[in-house]
Amino acid sequence: MIEVENLTVTFGEGASAIRAVRGASFRVEQGETFGLVGESGSGKSTVLRALSGLNPDWTGAMKVDGQVLGQKRSKAFHKLVQMVFQDPYGSLHPRHTVDHVLAEPLAIHGMGDVDRRVETALAEVGLGPSFRFRYPHQLSGGQRQRVAIARALVLEPKVLLLDEPTSSLDVSVQAEILNLLQRLKRERGLTFMLVTHNLAVVAHMCDRLAVMNAGRIVEEMSVDELRRGAARHAYTLQLLNASLGYDRSKARELVTFE
Amino acid sequence: MTQSLLSVEGLHVRFHTTKGVVEAVRGISFEVGREKLGIVGESGSGKTMTGRSVLRLVRPPGEVVARRMTFDGVDLIGLSEVDMREIRGRRIAMVMQDPKFSLNPVMTVGSQIAEAYLVHHKVPAAQARQRTLDMLAAVKIRDPERVYGLYPHECSGGMGQCIMIAMMLIPDPDLLIADEPTSALDVTVQMQVLAILDDLVTQRGMGLMFISHDLNLVASFCDRVVIMYAGRIVETCRASELQNARHPYTRGLLASLPRIDRPVGDLSVLSRDPAWRDGPVFVDGEMRS
Repeated sequence: MIEVENLTVTFGEGASAIRAVRGASFRVEQGETFGLVGESGSGKSTVLRALSGLNPDWTGAMKVDGQVLGQKRSKAFHKLVQMVFQDPYGSLHPRHTVDHVLAEPLAIHGMGDVDRRVETALAEVGLGPSFRFRYPHQLSGGQRQRVAIARALVLEPKVLLLDEPTSSLDVSVQAEILNLLQRLKRERGLTFMLVTHNLAVVAHMCDRLAVMNAGRIVEEMSVDELRRGAARHAYTLQLLNASLGYDRSKARELVTFE
Repeated sequence: MTQSLLSVEGLHVRFHTTKGVVEAVRGISFEVGREKLGIVGESGSGKTMTGRSVLRLVRPPGEVVARRMTFDGVDLIGLSEVDMREIRGRRIAMVMQDPKFSLNPVMTVGSQIAEAYLVHHKVPAAQARQRTLDMLAAVKIRDPERVYGLYPHECSGGMGQCIMIAMMLIPDPDLLIADEPTSALDVTVQMQVLAILDDLVTQRGMGLMFISHDLNLVASFCDRVVIMYAGRIVETCRASELQNARHPYTRGLLASLPRIDRPVGDLSVLSRDPAWRDGPVFVDGEMRS
């Protein structure tokens, strides 16, 4: 479904240029959930943004559903691929109602039957019709993230790009959102790409994952290997170790990987 | 728990709004010794307000009432504002949740940290600068000289948190209240910063109130844990016993966590029982009504 070959993203020019992603390659099969993990600054979100068309300056080759991607994306691409962002407080327009948020993509893509589609989209993410004319400030964080997911799904895409979809939510709300995503994936045969720094979320959601450090993919592994702790790269091992909880003796042994 | 440092009895925090009185904290009592006390709860459970009320940082229209609140033998309720200033920062410090809103945007981070030291210690400026650089290095800032001259907007969220921790530790407080101090840090940096706090508690006898919503982290890092729900402490237990917690709310939170070690199918979702608001609470596995 997704093929990425030797993706490189550079910000700035000359001496101050920063190569955020350096030659990343991976494939995601139809119906799979592929995780991208790493620490802040590792380039995992940049990969997702380049794929979605939000970072136009990249080199390499990318394909989604057999279509080669250029620097600019067509309308058809955005109907195929949608994104859910980390911060549900920042990603919804504060002065647009839920109805407006959900109807806008339909208008852009000239899809009719707006009333029914908006209502179905809300129902699918577990929000009743009473939410339709509310503003974001009248919603909790979890409800906002549900609206963001509904907005992504209203165009009936095949691929969902998820950038830390639950990291700003309480754990009980996180469980609700992850369950919702799993159900939608089963019902619609979606392909997910999930960026997160939370290894437990990756283990719960993904089939395979790639570990990024300093712009490179250092290791690709299956979720079974992750569960067994069978990492080959020292960086992955350290990340896995640190995710298991605090341990005074472990803190002394941490090293920085470049 | 060793001898008590902070003792709070019957603490209420109320907000008088146009729609009536909102009670953010509803009559809680707890003690902090020279130990790591974790305070866990979801947003809105009152954990931040608990921390702020100890330092008298709840702004009007918020109102703080407590039967008793003593710190190292000093009655915090009866203290004048002038005397409170001697305690705030110097003896009890608080690391706020969001460095972006807590740092002065028009002052370099280095001079802000140095100021925190100079307010409480009469030393030459050069000495304060050196202390600041040492402190920045201690909280794992890579290039302290460079970071000293940066403004808050030039720092990442993780760096901001480390800077806040440095600023709060530099006056050498006896009690540190840390509100989600490491939530923006990578797991490896988080571990290193926690190790610094850990050493201050075990080697220098500092008390630490660690406010967090990360159950696994609190279970592995703290000595004791209190769980807050709707402004009350519903459970208190040893951190090592958190997995065996008895209150249905605590159990629900634990069950809703995804796990690395084994697949769980659908995650269990917390169904909130209205009875939890005023129902029985648990202390070390024993029910108290």
